[in-house]
Amino acid sequence: MTNLSTAPTSSDMAPLQSGHLPRFAPLAVGVLAVAVGVLVGGMALGGGVAGALVLGWLTMIVVLPLWSRVVEGGRKAKDRLVTVGVWSTFGLAMIPLVSLTWTVVSKGYGALTPTFFQNSMQGVLGSGGGIYHALMGTLIVTAVATLISVPIGVLTAVYLVEYGNKNLFSRVITFLVDVMTGIPSIVAGLFAYALFQIFFGPGVKMGFAGSVALSVLMIPTVVRSSEEMLKLVPTDLREAAYALGVPKWRTVVKVVLPTAVAGIVTGVTLAIARVAGETAPLLLTAGLTTSLNFNPFEGRMTTLPVFIYSSIQAPGLYVDEMTSMAWGAALVLVVIVMLLNILARVVGSVFAPKSGR
Amino acid sequence: MAKSIDVSDLDIYYGDFLAVQGVTMSIKARAVTALIGPSGCGKSTFLRSLNRMHEVIPGARAEGKVMVDGQDLYDADVDPVAVRREIGMVFQRPNPFPTMSIYENVLAGKRLNATRLKKSDADDLVEKSLRGANLWSEVKDRLGKPGMGLSGGQQQRLCIARAIAVEPQVLLMDEPCSALDPISTAAIEDLIHELKSDYTIVIVTHNMQQAARVSDDTGFFNLKATGEPGHLVEFNPTKKMFTNPDNEATESYISGRFG
Ligand SMILES: Nc1ncnc2c1ncn2[C@@H]1O[C@H](COP(=O)(O)OP(=O)(O)OP(=O)(O)O)[C@@H](O)[C@H]1O
Ligand SMILES: [Mg+2]
Repeated sequence: MTNLSTAPTSSDMAPLQSGHLPRFAPLAVGVLAVAVGVLVGGMALGGGVAGALVLGWLTMIVVLPLWSRVVEGGRKAKDRLVTVGVWSTFGLAMIPLVSLTWTVVSKGYGALTPTFFQNSMQGVLGSGGGIYHALMGTLIVTAVATLISVPIGVLTAVYLVEYGNKNLFSRVITFLVDVMTGIPSIVAGLFAYALFQIFFGPGVKMGFAGSVALSVLMIPTVVRSSEEMLKLVPTDLREAAYALGVPKWRTVVKVVLPTAVAGIVTGVTLAIARVAGETAPLLLTAGLTTSLNFNPFEGRMTTLPVFIYSSIQAPGLYVDEMTSMAWGAALVLVVIVMLLNILARVVGSVFAPKSGR
Repeated sequence: MAKSIDVSDLDIYYGDFLAVQGVTMSIKARAVTALIGPSGCGKSTFLRSLNRMHEVIPGARAEGKVMVDGQDLYDADVDPVAVRREIGMVFQRPNPFPTMSIYENVLAGKRLNATRLKKSDADDLVEKSLRGANLWSEVKDRLGKPGMGLSGGQQQRLCIARAIAVEPQVLLMDEPCSALDPISTAAIEDLIHELKSDYTIVIVTHNMQQAARVSDDTGFFNLKATGEPGHLVEFNPTKKMFTNPDNEATESYISGRFG
C-alpha cells in the first residue's frame, strides 16, 4: 500500500550546518587563475593573451567548484559553477560595449574644441570646421519628427486600449503597427522621398521630409510602448472615475493618461534616441550640406549621422581631418543618445505615481 | 435629498451568460438596505446595475426596470454619466487615484468634471467630506500627501469621502469593510448610521452581524443551483429576516447552516 502520510519520518533531523569556503575564496581562486593563465598559458605554453585568458578562465571554472565540492558539498558547488558561468557571460557581453565606448571616446575626444561646436563646414577645407550645422540639423529634424509622432502614436494607443474593444478595426491597426515596426529604415526614407517628390518635384530635399521619414519609424514604437503603459493602468481607477459621474473622455485625459505618463514619456524618449542615429532615410530626404540651415521646410539639412557618413565616404583631400571630425561627431551623437536615456529615467521617476508619506 | 429605487424584473447578463435573473425589490429612501448571499450569486453584479456601472464591462447589459424618482434608469434616453452623478459607489477594494493627493482625491468628482470651486469652498467641501467619512482627524495635517500613502482602511474611508463629496442621492457600497480591521469597520458602520439621514444606502456584505447592525431591510440572493443564474430569494425588513425569515434557505444561510 502506498504511504500517503505526510507526517515527518522518524529519522533524525538533517544537520543544518555545513562547512563553507572562506569569504575570500572566489578572490583567491581568481588570483590563482590570473597567475596560471599568465605564467602557464601565456608564457610556458606560448599562447599569448588568448592563451592566458582561456587557461585562466578554465582554472577559475574548475578549481572553485571543485574546492567548494570538497568543503561545502554538491549543491553549493553547483551554485559556484553557475555563478562563475553567469559572471563570464556578463563579461563577454560587456566587451563590445566597453570597447565601442572606448574607441569612440578615445578617437573622438581630440576633435572636441570650441570651434568644433561653433562652426559649420561652409567653405572649410582641412581644419577649422565644425558640426554646428549637423548638430542643429539633428536637433531640428528629430524634434519635428517627435512633434509629428507623439500625438499620432499616443492617440492611436488611446484608441486601441480605451475605445477599440478589440474590434476588427483596432485589430487591423494593431497588425499594421506591428508590420510598421519591422520596416527597414531605408524603406521609410524612400517613402518620404517619394511622397515629397509628388508635391515638390523630383530631387527635393528638406529637413521636414527627413522628419516625416523618421516619424514613420517612430510612430509604431510610440504606439506599442504607450499601449503597454495604458494597459497597465488598473480598471479599478477607470471605474472609480466613472462612478463619480466622470465621462469617459475626461477619465482618459485626467485619470488614465496621468497615471501612465511616466511610462509613455520613457517610451517616447527611447524612441527618439533610436531614430536620432538614423542615416539612410535622411540621406535620401534631408540631404547633405555644409552650411547651417534652421528652416526645416526649405533647403537641405545635414544631421550628425549623415555628416559622419559623408566625412568618411567623401573626405576629399583632407582625410585625417575629416576622419577625426567624424569621430568627434560620433562621440557627440553617442553622448546625445546617452543623455536621452538618462532623461528618460529621470522623467520616469519624476512622473511616477507616488505612494510615499 | 434621498431617493427610493424600485427594481422590477431585472435580468443582468455578461455577454450571453445570464448572471442574475428576475430581481424585483423596492429600496427605501433614507434607509440602509443590505444585500447578502453566498459568493458568486450576483450581489456585486446587481449593485453595479443600480448605477449603470455594469455596462462598463464589455458585453455586459441589463434588461428590466430600475425606477428612481419616477425615471427608468434603463430608458434609452438616459445618460449613464448623469445617473452615476446621482448614484455614487464605493468599491470592494479601495481605489484612490495614485496621481492625486488626499485633498485632490476628495475633490476628484468636482475636479475631474471641471467644476469651478472657490478655494475656500473647496477647503470646506474637503473638510466636510473627510469629517463625514471619519477620516479628518487622521489626515488633516497631510492633505497634500499622496492618497496611496494611507493604510488600507484609511484609503477605504478616503474613497467614501470621495463618493460623498459629489453629494449623490444614493450611495452603493460593495463590501466596504471586507479588508478592514474591527475598529475601522466600526467607524464605517457609525458612518453609515450617520449618512442614513441624508442618503439612500445599499450595502453588500458577507458579515451577517454587520447586516443585522446597520440595515433596515435585507435582501438574500442565492443561486438556484450551480450553473444557474442568481436570484433574489427573500427581501424583508432586517428584523424579520434575522428572527423569522419566510424562506427556509434564508434561515439556514443566516444561521450558518448552509449547503
Ligand atoms: N466581468 C465578468 N465577466 C463575466 N462574468 C462575470 C464577471 N463578473 C462576475 N461574473 C459572474 O457573474 C456571477 C456573479 O458575480 P458577482 O461578482 O456579482 O458575485 P458576488 O455575489 O458579488 O460574489 P462575491 O460575494 O464573491 O463578491 C458569477 O458567476 C461570476 O462568475
Ligand atoms: Mg462581489
